[in-house]
Amino acid sequence: MTDAAIAEETPPQGSVQNRSLWATALLRLKRNRAAVASFFVLIFLIIAGGLGPMVSPHSYSEVYPEFVKTRPSLSPYPQAEQIIPAAESALRRARVEVGEIVIEDGTVRIAVSSESEIDPRISRYVDRSDVFSNAEVVDISGDGLSGAITADVQQLYFLMGTDANGRDLFSRTLIALRISLMIGALATAVALVIGVIYGATSGFVGGRVDNLMMRFVDIMDSLPFVFFVILLVVFFGSNLVLMFIAIGATQWLDMSRIVRGQTLSLRRREFVQAAESLGVSSWDIVKRHIIPNTLGNVMVYMTLLIPKVILLESFLSFLGLGVQEPLTSLGVLIAEGAKNMRNAPSMLFYPAATMTVLLFALNFLGDGLRDALDPKDR
Amino acid sequence: MTDTREMVLEVEDLHVSFETPDGPVDAVRGVSLNVRAGETVAIVGESGSGKSQVMMSAMGLLASNGRASGRIRYRGRDILNMPPSELNRLRGAKITMIFQEPMTSLDPLFTIESQMSEPLRVHGGLNRKQASWRVLELLKLVQIPDPEKRLGAYPHELSGGQRQRVMIAMALANDPDLLIADEPTTALDVTIQAEILQLLSDLQARLGMSILFITHDLGIVEAFADRTYVMCRGRVEEQGPTADVFHAPKTDYTKMLLAAEPEGHKKPPRETAPVLLEGEDIQVTFGLPAGFLRKSTELHAVRGIDIALREGQTIGVVGESGSGKSTLGRALLQMIPSTGRVVCMGSEIGGLDRKAMRPHRKGLQMVFQDPYGSLSPRMTVREIVTEGLLVHEPGLGAAERDRRAEETLRDVGLDPSVKNRFPHEFSGGQRQRIAIARAVILRPRIIILDEPTSALDRSVQKQVIDLLRRLQIENSLSYIFISHDLAVVRALSDYVMVMRNGAVVEQGPVDQLFDAPKTEYTRELMRAAFDLRSLLTG
Amino acid sequence: MHREEIDILRYALRRLLGAVPTLFLIITAAFFMMRIAPGGPFDQERTLEATVLENLNRTFGLDKPLWQQYAMYLNNLLHGDMGPSFVFRDKRVHEILGEGLPVSMQLGFLALLLALFIGVCMGTVAALRQNSKADYFVVALATFGITVPPFVVAPVLALVFAVFLGWLPAQGWGRADQMVLPVIALALPQVAVIARLTRGAMIEALRSDHVRTAKAYGLPASMVVIKHALRAAVLPAISYLGPAAAALLTGSIVVEQVFNLPGIGRYFVQGALNRDYTMVMGTVVIVAVFVILFNLMVDLLFAVFDPRVRYD
Repeated sequence: MTDAAIAEETPPQGSVQNRSLWATALLRLKRNRAAVASFFVLIFLIIAGGLGPMVSPHSYSEVYPEFVKTRPSLSPYPQAEQIIPAAESALRRARVEVGEIVIEDGTVRIAVSSESEIDPRISRYVDRSDVFSNAEVVDISGDGLSGAITADVQQLYFLMGTDANGRDLFSRTLIALRISLMIGALATAVALVIGVIYGATSGFVGGRVDNLMMRFVDIMDSLPFVFFVILLVVFFGSNLVLMFIAIGATQWLDMSRIVRGQTLSLRRREFVQAAESLGVSSWDIVKRHIIPNTLGNVMVYMTLLIPKVILLESFLSFLGLGVQEPLTSLGVLIAEGAKNMRNAPSMLFYPAATMTVLLFALNFLGDGLRDALDPKDR
Repeated sequence: MTDTREMVLEVEDLHVSFETPDGPVDAVRGVSLNVRAGETVAIVGESGSGKSQVMMSAMGLLASNGRASGRIRYRGRDILNMPPSELNRLRGAKITMIFQEPMTSLDPLFTIESQMSEPLRVHGGLNRKQASWRVLELLKLVQIPDPEKRLGAYPHELSGGQRQRVMIAMALANDPDLLIADEPTTALDVTIQAEILQLLSDLQARLGMSILFITHDLGIVEAFADRTYVMCRGRVEEQGPTADVFHAPKTDYTKMLLAAEPEGHKKPPRETAPVLLEGEDIQVTFGLPAGFLRKSTELHAVRGIDIALREGQTIGVVGESGSGKSTLGRALLQMIPSTGRVVCMGSEIGGLDRKAMRPHRKGLQMVFQDPYGSLSPRMTVREIVTEGLLVHEPGLGAAERDRRAEETLRDVGLDPSVKNRFPHEFSGGQRQRIAIARAVILRPRIIILDEPTSALDRSVQKQVIDLLRRLQIENSLSYIFISHDLAVVRALSDYVMVMRNGAVVEQGPVDQLFDAPKTEYTRELMRAAFDLRSLLTG
Repeated sequence: MHREEIDILRYALRRLLGAVPTLFLIITAAFFMMRIAPGGPFDQERTLEATVLENLNRTFGLDKPLWQQYAMYLNNLLHGDMGPSFVFRDKRVHEILGEGLPVSMQLGFLALLLALFIGVCMGTVAALRQNSKADYFVVALATFGITVPPFVVAPVLALVFAVFLGWLPAQGWGRADQMVLPVIALALPQVAVIARLTRGAMIEALRSDHVRTAKAYGLPASMVVIKHALRAAVLPAISYLGPAAAALLTGSIVVEQVFNLPGIGRYFVQGALNRDYTMVMGTVVIVAVFVILFNLMVDLLFAVFDPRVRYD
């Protein structure tokens, strides 16, 4: 009888593999090319934001007054035609006549002459410029009135150009990416913790408590919360920690709703009732039956919340309420770019492009995850 | 003798396949059938047999990933490859259809009058006023109470039976040649089902259209159809006049289907068998009483029921939806707040809280209706089956738990090697076996079975019934068997309680109750369940 | 009157009454939150002498105990007076906001209408031609709109259409051509969300049993789509209008700044930065009243579309 029953009732498909729902979801996710690509883009961006600022040639806060709003370029700065003017301007206050300037092999030789004796310390004027380093006064003639200064020409790469203050945009974009990712992760974590605890409590306790807790969420939700974030940030100062607490603490509302809804509907499901009829304790029911089944939705919502949080942070930074100088974030960079877009479009382009790629990757991954976990949603 | 009536619908070598992410699935593989004028033809088959897809392709309603090939002719005209605009002149006018789910088949956003007049105005060219008048006439024809009031009503304001009457009225609006009924009574209670079938057969007698009836319910087919096609896995297994198919089935499949009608009989327990579970004056009330500025939302789901279950006994509790039978089961298990005295194996358990109730749960188990919903989707079979052991026999080691799980799985007719799989990999019947394993692994004395066979096909149902019967004898179990299905209750119980509106209308030993029902309501239930034919012809 | 209409009216009335305590709560919370925070409106004017500062404080009532200021503010508010601005000292807050409000309202309303119209159209087309080029275009645009924030879109639009092409002005408000860019910049993200919502709902509606019924009864395809599917498919878009309005309010701050519009958005940020208490309170009150009324309107609109909604 045993074998007969099984033979007759073999389900038509998928009967062979031993796959959990998660494994199936992963398989579906792998088939979604946009999601897979987004995943790798995201990994790349995380590495770029995490390690990039350490290996990039410039500090994000280093100012090169001679290189304000330079164009992005793959070849090093200064470019040939900039060296001579740079040398001339560097020595303008050294009270020497600048003669022939020869450039070869990354070094420069500046012939100088003067009416008084040349002070070897004038090499400092040259060093002070961003363009040169290791300047030395050499070949001083016998009378000390003429000579030459040799110096190494700097090889400065500004892959994305520089900003209005002459800071390397590449380094600044990297650090901004790091800040944005950090705020995205931390604020989402704050929202997640508050939302899951609040929602699960409300849904599991039920009854009047649930009613009251959800009424509160409704009231909070009917306000455009960005206004309150602005209030918070303005009145408690613009520090980073406060900002992500503020964002996180205002973004938990939807999360709590989702978790509550799930908990409520799971409580009505027969398998939870079955566990109750077995005498399983409340905590074990929550642990074994409710949480694993809400996890999918929570994860999807979390992936979609991160871009939202990043947007919110950028929005605040755009208004000047967020991250403060010299630290920066993508929102700040975009705001600066918007101000300078007429004469330095790259200042808007690169941060905006970085942000767009980041948000696209997060959104695609979130959508892919949702489709993978709940295929009927398509 | 050949039938000379004109062919209305001919299906020839129809194939339907669906493009799915896991490759094409053939739902219909070469089906041929026909319907003559004024005839009632049934297609019967279990779920997944492709019976609905045949008609969906005829009506041009296949899902977008479905492809149909073959020939379908309506009065000689090929309708399978007809352009939609031309097909639209037939659909809703000459060929009409009623569906299984009367709740979702009507547009929730429009009034009854508005949806019913649409086909009248589109096909019959009536103006608003004429259409309105005709709608009223049709509503009277299908015997809806207060038809004038229903005109402005929305679907959600009607009962299931009323909605199906509206669908039928709509189907009749343009005097169709052919009415296709796709499981029209499956979602309805058995007495309502009888009323609807009665209405359909009345209307056919008066209006003379052909009816093509698609169903899984052999009882309906036998009472209702002139000819029958039996479908299995996309093919027609057997066909012929209904009487022949039922009384002299030619194929094994049909024989199996017919044999799947629940049968058997249970002897009452010994006179001296002890009472294991006793309930006295059990009452369950949902909602809140009327308060300040608030209407009462109270609903008395169970009103003072007494029950006594003896060792080895099976008490069948029957009733239609909303009768309170499931609520009674949950109240006995102390899963919902209730009043009254409940004594389980000598201890008073009425009103105990979760913690105090825990030690009693080992001997008092429950099996639920929906085998898809009652197993936690993210747990393996092993985890599901052994969960109760963690609670009630915490001393057991993992190896011992595993051994018990394997033993129990074998006991319920499953291969123990399935223990690492997840519920979604199993069919409905297999899942129900897992659910039963979860209950019996604790070696309970009493199991409350809440519609355990209702979601299953008849042939699978029979296997589950056999399993329950065997387990009962081997382990001297006592059952409370809750069901709306009188045939199953009769086969499995030795004592029956009939519930309605939260109260017991009649109870007694199974033979007495089924052979000589005392109340009108029970008689009505019986006739609807066992004697549809007399109901339809009488 | 029909019984259901009475039900709806009663519901509207009850919601309006219920809004009063909510509004009161918001005002109270905002008032005390601001006052407890460090800093004051005259901090930046460091050169002020003590006596002048004292005078200023007295004129604006800041020398009184907090609860008294609070009572005064509420009393004034009841009489339609939002108090003097601490920064624009010759004007009352309601005068300043009164000038900006029409601009912001026009901007928001146009953007909302545009978003609703385009979003629903695009979503419907995409759903009807699922997996076609049109569908992919809509899905791509929707993802773009959700991903790229208004503060990127607005300057880029200004750069392209005003600076490079010179087709449209990037400044001012009042003429139709001045409205085009700001409205589009503000509406784009909402177009995206609504298109996405409508597409999903439409696909579901087209698969629903009642649409199958309509098809089975031979109704013309246009009637099936427009009457039966679309009506069900706009419901999510309608219930999204509430959150959409909140998002537009937020977005308008950016758009007003980028296009230099004389709306009220800038007063909020400026007011907050300058500790202009009355100005911030004024914007909070206006925003709260607007949001409450708007949500009520959306709920009532929903009732018109969906007879299943119950009011009790």
